[in-house]
Amino acid sequence: MLKKLTLGTAFAALAAGGAFAADIDVKLGVLNDRSGIYSDIAGEGSVIAARLAVEDFKAAEKGINVEIVSADHQNKPDVGSNIARQWYDQDGVTAIVDVPTSSVALAVAGITAEANGVFLASGPGSTGVTREQCRPTTIHWTYDTAALANGTGKAVTLAGGKKWFFLTADYAFGHSLQNNTASVVEANGGEVVGSVNVPFPANDFSSFLLQAQGSGADVIGLANAGGDTINAIKQAAEFGITQAGQKLAGLLIFINDVHALGTQTAQGLQMTSAFYWDRDDTTRAFSERFEAERGSKPNMITAGVYGAVTHYLAAVEATGTTEGETVTAWMKANPADDKLFGKVTIRGDGRAIHDMYLFEVKTPAESTGEWDLLKTISTISGEEAFLPMLPECDFSAK
Amino acid sequence: MFELLGIPPQVLMGQLLLGLINGSFYAVLSLGLAVIFGLLNIINFSHGALYMMGAFASWMLLNYIGIGYWPALILAPLIVGAFGVVLERLLLNKLYHLDHLYGLLLTFGLALILQGVFRNYYGISGMPYQIPESLSGGQNLGFMFLPNYRAWVIVASVVVCFGTWFVIEKTRLGAYLRAGTENPVLVGAFGINVPLMITLTYGFGVALAGFAGVLAAPIYSVNPNMGADLIIVVFAVVVIGGMGSILGAIITGFGLGIVEGLTRVFYPEGSAVVIFVIMAIVLLIKPEGLFGRAA
Repeated sequence: MLKKLTLGTAFAALAAGGAFAADIDVKLGVLNDRSGIYSDIAGEGSVIAARLAVEDFKAAEKGINVEIVSADHQNKPDVGSNIARQWYDQDGVTAIVDVPTSSVALAVAGITAEANGVFLASGPGSTGVTREQCRPTTIHWTYDTAALANGTGKAVTLAGGKKWFFLTADYAFGHSLQNNTASVVEANGGEVVGSVNVPFPANDFSSFLLQAQGSGADVIGLANAGGDTINAIKQAAEFGITQAGQKLAGLLIFINDVHALGTQTAQGLQMTSAFYWDRDDTTRAFSERFEAERGSKPNMITAGVYGAVTHYLAAVEATGTTEGETVTAWMKANPADDKLFGKVTIRGDGRAIHDMYLFEVKTPAESTGEWDLLKTISTISGEEAFLPMLPECDFSAK
Repeated sequence: MFELLGIPPQVLMGQLLLGLINGSFYAVLSLGLAVIFGLLNIINFSHGALYMMGAFASWMLLNYIGIGYWPALILAPLIVGAFGVVLERLLLNKLYHLDHLYGLLLTFGLALILQGVFRNYYGISGMPYQIPESLSGGQNLGFMFLPNYRAWVIVASVVVCFGTWFVIEKTRLGAYLRAGTENPVLVGAFGINVPLMITLTYGFGVALAGFAGVLAAPIYSVNPNMGADLIIVVFAVVVIGGMGSILGAIITGFGLGIVEGLTRVFYPEGSAVVIFVIMAIVLLIKPEGLFGRAA
């Protein structure tokens, strides 16, 4: 016991004698859905990704003491807000990470700005995070609905899917995804012939699919996510909608969803993502480590958590503080060479700019393994994928 | 008349049919609840979780030992029913002399535990379960494309519902059951094993939930929350129909499925709450439910 203690002190002294005189305490609060519809997509996976990022960054050796806490926001903005407030006011959390479900994320972004913390958003999809409700202390790392629309929406429209009908999850994210996609469709010569707002979450999509079928649209756009998308795709196959000639466009599909559907049902479906585990040796190596702990491959949200946390720690190391506006200013001024996403620059509004990819789900014959699910169709450059910055949201000059 | 609202009749026909299909699930589930409440006085809140177990049982039978859909349609309800028998013997039979509330709390807790266990092992995205070969494809009815599998769901549900109603209301066995719950001492005096009868009744009610789970597996992804999403609606159905009324459960099950389907056409945003609106109205006007006997 005594031996361990002395050893520990020796190590601590060594660490402190390194680059920094004083240690910095960082507390990351991973806030996401731990039990509901998005718990497979983010949930514990985001906590694991954050931990791997801290390990790889060798934070302890650099004099940064990192503690990770996590909580379940149950996809409810009020629950998420309460946790965020408590984390900043009482528990000394310095940054909140992930936060899928846009309605919760928008609430957390506001609280983070007030507390001068940092919001490392990987989970939410709404463009509002860096536009209508932009905050100086938000970094929106992984994707947003505009990028998804510019990927899948554009590709499908240009391939001849001119008339669109939307099945839209009836909350902030679904509406944002529908609006973004509709403008991309119209900009590329298509039209929107109808839409229906589906209560969230839903089990049975048959009524809505039937309405979509009756609309005479070429493409049924699924402006939803997670279990909703899975059920909609499954039931569309059942009702012979795709055989009858209508196409499905899943506007936000995660690798976990494709895995749950199986290639038999999902084959040929096009989807946009910021990350696929089987892209190069680095992503494969990371994904293997992740899978060993999580039991599934990482998706773009968990990969984004890894990247955002790594860049955040670099900013803390460089600035020597956890004070929100200083840290985010550094993150915006210094591009990241991300292991998983490649080159990432962060604009003044907090939007991280990087390549997105258009994928197609492999056929059962093409797939060689349980997670061998996607093939790359095209790369969409960051400039093309994301919306331009709103002038009033440029916080970089400060 | 409906065309005035902008909905062509053939679309309406399609929606009615879809409502009927959803109603089949409501009917089979609320029937199980009604049987259990009517004969045991237990408000079985774990019904949704047991429905989910039925779906998982069929998935496991297929993926672990290669038993397909048709045998699973018999085996999965038996497995879930057997589990129900164990539950009844170990836990529920301690509660019969207590207030309803205890049974409700116990079964609610059980539901949370079951869902938690399955979520922990299988995640939330769900497991794929294919429609059996013999029922894939569908019929073009002119106004809609009806998948064969959904047609089968209606047929199977109607048969099961009618069969259950017939056994309980029209046979000697049903008469014993009803008498046994009215006056267990007297019926016991005739040499009938009342506790066993109650256990088997609970097992049967639970097996109905398992059966609905197997029916649902190929349509919805097999996932741990599938019961939780449904159970509240099913309870509303039971309340509207009248707690414990077998016929009420069946008729309101199918009827509310149709009402919900129509709401999806005329006001989709309201489809998630329409059943509860109806429940509120029914409770105001006829608190014992549409088919219930005044307490």
